[in-house]
Amino acid sequence: MEPSELKRSKDSPNSDESTRRSSFPDEVLERVLSLLKSHRDRSSVSLVCKDWYNAERWSRTHVFIGNCYSVSPEIVARRFPKIRSVTLKGKPRFSDFNLVPENWGADIHAWLVVFAAKYPFLEELRLKRMAISDESLEFLAVSFPNFKALSLLSCDGFSTNGLAAIATHCKNLTELDIQENGIDDKGGSWLSCFPESFTSLEVLNFANLSSDINFDALERLVGRCKSMRVLKLNRSVSLEQLQRLLVNAPQLAELGTGSFSEELTFRQYVELESALSNCQNMHTLYGLWDAKGIYLPALYPVCTHLTFLNLSYAALRSDELAKLLAHCPRLKRLWVLDTVEDKGLEAVGLNCPLLEELRVFPADPFDEEIIHGVTEAGFVAVSFGCPRLQYVLYFCRQMTNAAVATIVQNCPDFTHFRLCIMNPGQPDYITNEPMDEAFGAVVKTCTKLQRLSVSGRLTDLTFEYIGRYAKNLETLSVAFAGSSDWGMQCVMGGCSKLRKLEIRDCPFGNAALLSGLEKYESMRSLWMSACNVTMNGCRLLAREMPRLNVEVMKEDGSDDSQADKVYVYRSIAGPRRDAPPSVLTL
Amino acid sequence: MENDLNLKATELRLGLPGSDEPERQMIPRPNKRTLSDIVSEGSTSTTEEDHQDTAPPAKVQIVGWPPVRSYRKNCLQGKKDEVEGGTGMYVKVSVDGAPYLRKIDLKVYRSYPQLLLALENMFKLTIGAYSEREGYNGSDYAPTYEDRDGDWMLVGDVPWEMFISSCKRLRIMKGSEARGLGCV
Repeated sequence: MEPSELKRSKDSPNSDESTRRSSFPDEVLERVLSLLKSHRDRSSVSLVCKDWYNAERWSRTHVFIGNCYSVSPEIVARRFPKIRSVTLKGKPRFSDFNLVPENWGADIHAWLVVFAAKYPFLEELRLKRMAISDESLEFLAVSFPNFKALSLLSCDGFSTNGLAAIATHCKNLTELDIQENGIDDKGGSWLSCFPESFTSLEVLNFANLSSDINFDALERLVGRCKSMRVLKLNRSVSLEQLQRLLVNAPQLAELGTGSFSEELTFRQYVELESALSNCQNMHTLYGLWDAKGIYLPALYPVCTHLTFLNLSYAALRSDELAKLLAHCPRLKRLWVLDTVEDKGLEAVGLNCPLLEELRVFPADPFDEEIIHGVTEAGFVAVSFGCPRLQYVLYFCRQMTNAAVATIVQNCPDFTHFRLCIMNPGQPDYITNEPMDEAFGAVVKTCTKLQRLSVSGRLTDLTFEYIGRYAKNLETLSVAFAGSSDWGMQCVMGGCSKLRKLEIRDCPFGNAALLSGLEKYESMRSLWMSACNVTMNGCRLLAREMPRLNVEVMKEDGSDDSQADKVYVYRSIAGPRRDAPPSVLTL
Repeated sequence: MENDLNLKATELRLGLPGSDEPERQMIPRPNKRTLSDIVSEGSTSTTEEDHQDTAPPAKVQIVGWPPVRSYRKNCLQGKKDEVEGGTGMYVKVSVDGAPYLRKIDLKVYRSYPQLLLALENMFKLTIGAYSEREGYNGSDYAPTYEDRDGDWMLVGDVPWEMFISSCKRLRIMKGSEARGLGCV
């Protein structure tokens, strides 16, 4: 259903609406709508007419809130009375890179209090970049008797004590997914808090934690949870222990190994290989910390049906990767470290024709002395062998315009193109020109592009291209780029579907900021840091657009008139009241 | 152009004829991150300090760049420690007001949070969380260390690898002196 179609029917004359209403009972409508899962479709449906708005809100069971400050928990609870599952995102993405002050906000507790009152049958909570304390986790554990799934990604403020509370009290838990958080790891005893009678766990991910857990408790837990399909271990679990777990859980679909490097006897190796070969359902492999090349062949039996292989914690060499990939013909998603170098990426191109996603992370991002890693050659090699590529995240130290043009010619279906040339403002290393033509090629060729991250030396021309061609672009990340306000103005004027824009260290000032005046209400958020925006510019924006929250974070010792970090987002909840003193709401 | 005119041959210089001084790059002595600095001139390894004359210009460490999550950084640094092995890196730890010092092996830890937790457990105190802007503001204690130059630095500013290679001893400061460190 196109949103424009629905809007037209909303404006149709009354007589049509009333006949439609009488021939379409509410119960039927609600039943039909309950089958709608996508929250975007549901938003469109709710705009049709008042009846459809009501039918939709009564049938919605999952709510997705992309910015926790765009709405208040009370408003959500009032509109949607039957929610069982909530997804909430909090801090701006640049908080992952330490650009947001520690106590910025996005605390979940106020939400939990409202949920406890209005959604006592809440089953799922998925949080990204939120602050959550142990007290909140304990509150969660005891307030929702039907609670089933907890997923925390990039959150902070809690410790393993909070996990212990969840394990102790949530009798119906099916999912505990703790990913990449700033967690205070006080030890592994939380795992032993699952009662012996507890058998419902299907997803367990504690790869993020470093402490040793009680292996016997884990072994018993895995043994009695017969529906377990996702198990991601932490580094403290050894290969020998992994083998013991797998013997009891051959049904696993996703496995995150522990450390992959101890000394194994031949018999232990054979047993491990045998346990892995019994896992016929396994499609995702993760972890493999400190993987030693000699043990990788134990994985071969599983590799044949793998679709997602995450080697981003295993510093493999090119030959080790090549040998492994020869056994992975069905791979669709691959994450590696740049220790595999261009030669390793050539092997990707040769062995994985079905590849849709590639992420290459830097093993030594901060060491200028390193001259290894991957170059444009590796990326080009992959593009020749993997025409179905849609998602790429690539960290490198050199790139050329010509290489990127070749890459997108080979892979025109990119939806996510995130290229990070690690030295800020670095030009094409062969021609010494800016990288404008590279990103020009990307936006001209990849018409389905939704997400773009640019890097290298870029002038306003890059942004002219983006504004002119990237008509489906929703998320744009810019750093150390651009020549003047004109660049950002092109983007704000041309990218009609833009929802998230994050900019750092660019020469964009007030004119650029204000060129988006009309646009920000249709976006989720704008972040601008270390640009040329002033407090007056921000004040003007705040005054002209009262439904936007304009927040400024000042740095120590900076000029009073400069707006060091600006975060702008639409909100129906008004300015937030929990901002710390370093954050000014204009 | 320069080659055609052979400017070098006719250049007036002090020094014996025939002696050709290599192009010298004037590199400021790499400053360690002082507490009020957010961006530092960081050298990447200790050997660079010995060869200042011919070393490339010190790289400026930019906050949050490249955009790699700190969680990922810590994981990889742990691996490098294991690979390097070695016999341990024991440093003395003093706490203001404590009757005697302790010793810890820095190689056992892979990241700042692990080290701070160990210190908290060893001395039964709370250091709290590090923030670039506030230091350990809010806590009664601030962990500091003496580096190779004899300067006392706040723990947490530089990347972990750089810290353990330059840390000679630790001192956990207490009270008003500690609080002052957070907001210089």
